[in-house]
Amino acid sequence: MSQEMTSLPDAPLLVAEGLAKYYGSRLGCRDVDLTLHAGEVLAIVGESGSGKSTLLSLLSTELAPSAGHVSYRMRDGEMRDLAALSEAERRLLLRTDWGFVRQHAEQGLRMAVSAGGNVGERLMAVGWRHYGNIRQEAADWLVRVEIATERMDDDPRTFSGGMRQRLQIARNLVTRPRLVFMDEPTSGLDVSVQARLLDLIRQLVEEFGLAVVIVTHDLAVARLLSHRIMVMKSGRVIEQGLTDQVLDDPREPYTQLLVSSVLAA
Amino acid sequence: MTALARTASGMPAITYNFAYLDEQTKRMIRRAILKAIAIPGYQVPFASREMPMPYGWGTGGVQVTAAILGANDVLKVIDQGSDDTTNAVAIRSFFETTAGVATTTRTRDATIIQTRHRIPEAPLRAGQVIVYQVPIPEPLRFLEPRETETRRLHALSDYGLMQVKLYEDIARHGHIATTYAYPVKVAGRYVMDPSPIPKFDNPKMDDSPALQLFGAGREKRIYAIPPYTRVVSLDFEDHPFAVQAFAEPCALCGAKGVYLDEVILDDKGGRMFVCSDTDHCATRQAEGHTGSMSAPYGEGQP
Repeated sequence: MSQEMTSLPDAPLLVAEGLAKYYGSRLGCRDVDLTLHAGEVLAIVGESGSGKSTLLSLLSTELAPSAGHVSYRMRDGEMRDLAALSEAERRLLLRTDWGFVRQHAEQGLRMAVSAGGNVGERLMAVGWRHYGNIRQEAADWLVRVEIATERMDDDPRTFSGGMRQRLQIARNLVTRPRLVFMDEPTSGLDVSVQARLLDLIRQLVEEFGLAVVIVTHDLAVARLLSHRIMVMKSGRVIEQGLTDQVLDDPREPYTQLLVSSVLAA
Repeated sequence: MTALARTASGMPAITYNFAYLDEQTKRMIRRAILKAIAIPGYQVPFASREMPMPYGWGTGGVQVTAAILGANDVLKVIDQGSDDTTNAVAIRSFFETTAGVATTTRTRDATIIQTRHRIPEAPLRAGQVIVYQVPIPEPLRFLEPRETETRRLHALSDYGLMQVKLYEDIARHGHIATTYAYPVKVAGRYVMDPSPIPKFDNPKMDDSPALQLFGAGREKRIYAIPPYTRVVSLDFEDHPFAVQAFAEPCALCGAKGVYLDEVILDDKGGRMFVCSDTDHCATRQAEGHTGSMSAPYGEGQP
């Protein structure tokens, strides 16, 4: 899989080696190796229970791996083993250089805090103390994700599903992260809203050169957003490669089944 | 005591250890207090005891007071600034009964002041101890419900969330609308809930010569501000911290720059503003100060 990376001359952003997670005796995932470069979008697909969410949690340090390690190239260019980071460093990383867009917006947002406050939280956490500036920055981001500024002081409970997801994105991107994890960001949305959200994500990825690891069971989402794809089954990566290549010419029987299971409209 | 006093029925009369709590409990509380003083603003867990009063009536403050009370101390107890409301009277008589200590209503005569929701107007001096009754010690509580998480946030000094609360205030009300339990940063490290005192009193905590102790009975936490410690109220650069201002002086003693209570006089909109600190008001009146609604001189004076 090194060919597709030669176009990016710099060192990888995120590297996982021999990653495994066991929940007691049950397998979460095992033997996962991956390399992600700046600006690259990687989709992890597979059916429910295939270990893709576990993998995402391992990469984003929400879970500690049973084996293997994950390292990340910090802003100063140094490659660091994430397990060796102090809690303070890890948190700083999570809220400055990383983002996490969750499937259920309620888990990624503060539902009792206004939209502006949600976007401003990361700024305040990194030391912004000027109300006017925080508000201006939050307003700019709301416009960017197509939320009307007059909704800025409403709390996300009054928002539709699509708006909540867009707000989550604004909240994550306000500190200009380099890497964003997304866990099924479009599921539960109706198709037109989904299409707009995907469009927005694609545009932001382009604009900011974001690296993204996106977990989805929707192959269309993977096709639209990702450069590369990893197919998981029973906790293992069974096939990976360029998205078009894997989806148009699947090699593994399971991937063939997955591709052929997509309903044509 | 050599023999137990007996009641008429022959049962031994109930006697208490000095200041109600047993000595081991006091030791435990004192250890927590010492730790709290050593780490200003940090909430020290302690094994809070059942007290003969309901939670929410100052069980934390009472335990702290009981642990530091000595036979020669002079105790003052205030509730919302007043020496004569139920809570203040009950706690004062509790210590009169169980410790036999002298009590006072004069701020300057007291060595220990237990308070609910106010700091006296008269400046505290070195050697005095003020004990706050605290209902909810965790300033991040309503922003982050998980105790494990709030502790981690304190440990990492991760206080962006507190700022979010103030941001929300300004977004909703145009100014920081938090008027009591206004969060402060102690000695540049821990963010602390000063208990539900009005933010008017926040500046009094800064660089105070008195020792400030905070006890939360239900939540089982003790924290402290040692004398002469920097206490800063959180704010934004463009929305700086400001205390409440009152348009009129106290109607009874004419005091300005003090915290006033609004008293409704009738159902036609009649009202008066009087000092919340009853001792301060009485002292000023005794000195001859009058306000717009004072009784004529001599009338009503003892």
